[in-house]
Amino acid sequence: MSQWLPIADLAQKVQAGELTAVALVEQALATIAAKQEFKAIIVTLSERARTRAKAIDATIKAGQSAGRLAGVPFIAKDNFLVFGAATTAASNILKGFNAPYQAVAIEKLEAEGAICVAKANLDAFAHGASTENSDFFTTLNPHDKTRVPGGSSGGSAVAVALDMAPFALGTDTGGSTRQPASFVGCVGFKPTYGLISRSGVVAMASSTDVIGALARTTADVALVLDVMAGKDNLDGTTIDADPAGYTALTTDMHGKKVGLIKEYFGQGADPAVEALIKSAAEKLKVTGVEVVEVSLPTLPVALAVYYILCPAEVSSNLSRYDGQRFGFTSASATDLEQSYTQSRGVGFGKEAKRRIMIGTYVLSSGYYDAYYKKAQTVRTKLINEFNEAFTTVDFLLGPVAPTTAFKIGANSNDPLQMYLADVMTVAANLVGVPAISVPAGLVDGLPVGLQLMAPQRADAALLALAAQAEAVLV
Amino acid sequence: MVKLSRADILKLARLARLDLSEDEIVEYGTELSEILQYVEQLQAVDVTGLIPTQQVTGLVNVEREDEIVDYGYTPADLLANVPQVQAGQIKVRRMIG
Repeated sequence: MSQWLPIADLAQKVQAGELTAVALVEQALATIAAKQEFKAIIVTLSERARTRAKAIDATIKAGQSAGRLAGVPFIAKDNFLVFGAATTAASNILKGFNAPYQAVAIEKLEAEGAICVAKANLDAFAHGASTENSDFFTTLNPHDKTRVPGGSSGGSAVAVALDMAPFALGTDTGGSTRQPASFVGCVGFKPTYGLISRSGVVAMASSTDVIGALARTTADVALVLDVMAGKDNLDGTTIDADPAGYTALTTDMHGKKVGLIKEYFGQGADPAVEALIKSAAEKLKVTGVEVVEVSLPTLPVALAVYYILCPAEVSSNLSRYDGQRFGFTSASATDLEQSYTQSRGVGFGKEAKRRIMIGTYVLSSGYYDAYYKKAQTVRTKLINEFNEAFTTVDFLLGPVAPTTAFKIGANSNDPLQMYLADVMTVAANLVGVPAISVPAGLVDGLPVGLQLMAPQRADAALLALAAQAEAVLV
Repeated sequence: MVKLSRADILKLARLARLDLSEDEIVEYGTELSEILQYVEQLQAVDVTGLIPTQQVTGLVNVEREDEIVDYGYTPADLLANVPQVQAGQIKVRRMIG
């Protein structure tokens, strides 16, 4: 059992004076300290959090409302800028960088009384599926310390799994919220592209980057989404939030159809994982849905599309790290050109450099049409197939990942093998649809997540299905 | 079959402004060739009549008021992360020899 009540109850009790924000923050900090061995956290924001907690308690004492998340502690992946706190994206090039402004998502959570208590580990710049690409250390899976927690939001997922806070923020560019949620056994939600402002979040691949939320239940994730969602002038890609909100979770599932994705089965995934997901699909029928098989023929090449577009966008986004305006700068450089190449060469880790190199290649003249433009066009084909599928089904279903959490070191010397960990998650990012990982059970003692997807902007219905699924799955 | 040569890797590193170690030059040569080999499978996909996707929101011409917003940050806040500051300005190394 979790030591945390549902988030809505926590906030309500803090507002009612039955709990204090100060006590919740101390509880979170004590848990973080007690679970240090799992290396989920890069930095705790103890003083900042305590100061905010006192202010929230004072607001409530004065008879005012502290918000829908009053006093609720949370943990942010370390690629979110939190004003006055170190933000590294787990990279050496950003070591020592203190956020001079704040992410809009953090701003919105704080405006409703939430308190950021720590920043979590990730694969540097969110490039990876295991946290092994962190320039600092690898986070350990709570179910088996010799295994990875998944990634890139591995620290956030472990923080939730170990009860360090009621919820954590992640990002999801190709599966980085859902896959670690699957590997540690919590809920991980990737909203429709554009639903949450990314201002103040370290950019990875802008055409697929979204902010994700991790928590123990879908209800908790839905409340957090409800607070963060909506159009924002600082991120021109944002869309309006659903006027009905996301917290009802009561959509009637009778008459709705769930499409079991044919291409995600019988293609080399762990048979025990496949069996568990198929049995989860059976159980889902209790909610009233009908389950049918659907085919998305282009899905098997989605990963190839992703590993052209993502590095292309990464190479562009990481060009801002030039050693001049912020971040690591090489002391030995004698001219500007050397300052660029040395600062970037030393400051970036292996995977960041690998992606910059691939991106530079696929965008270079002579190769642009064959790689980048071709990938963009296959992306269109994939989108068309999803749109077509959603004319016959309301949701799509499959595994989150082909395996349970793999051993630390198993893929770390084979980048292509590591990329294959994203094979079932990247499509939702390329198409821009919402997707969620909910715990479906265990295989050999390790958690397995069930992935559900819905059409763009059907986030509320997807969360409703996930919440109703939770009740029948584990 | 794509096989990147040492010269290809060095050219890419130069374009991307990255100093690479000797080990990295060798490793990236092999790894990038493998990754490009993997993504080659897209060449076989028929995309006749389809146009490339640049973005998935369908939003066009997103505008906002052109106004000054005071976020309360001082120039000192914003310069705090700069490696070298001189007289309130970012100092860079010599560009022309």
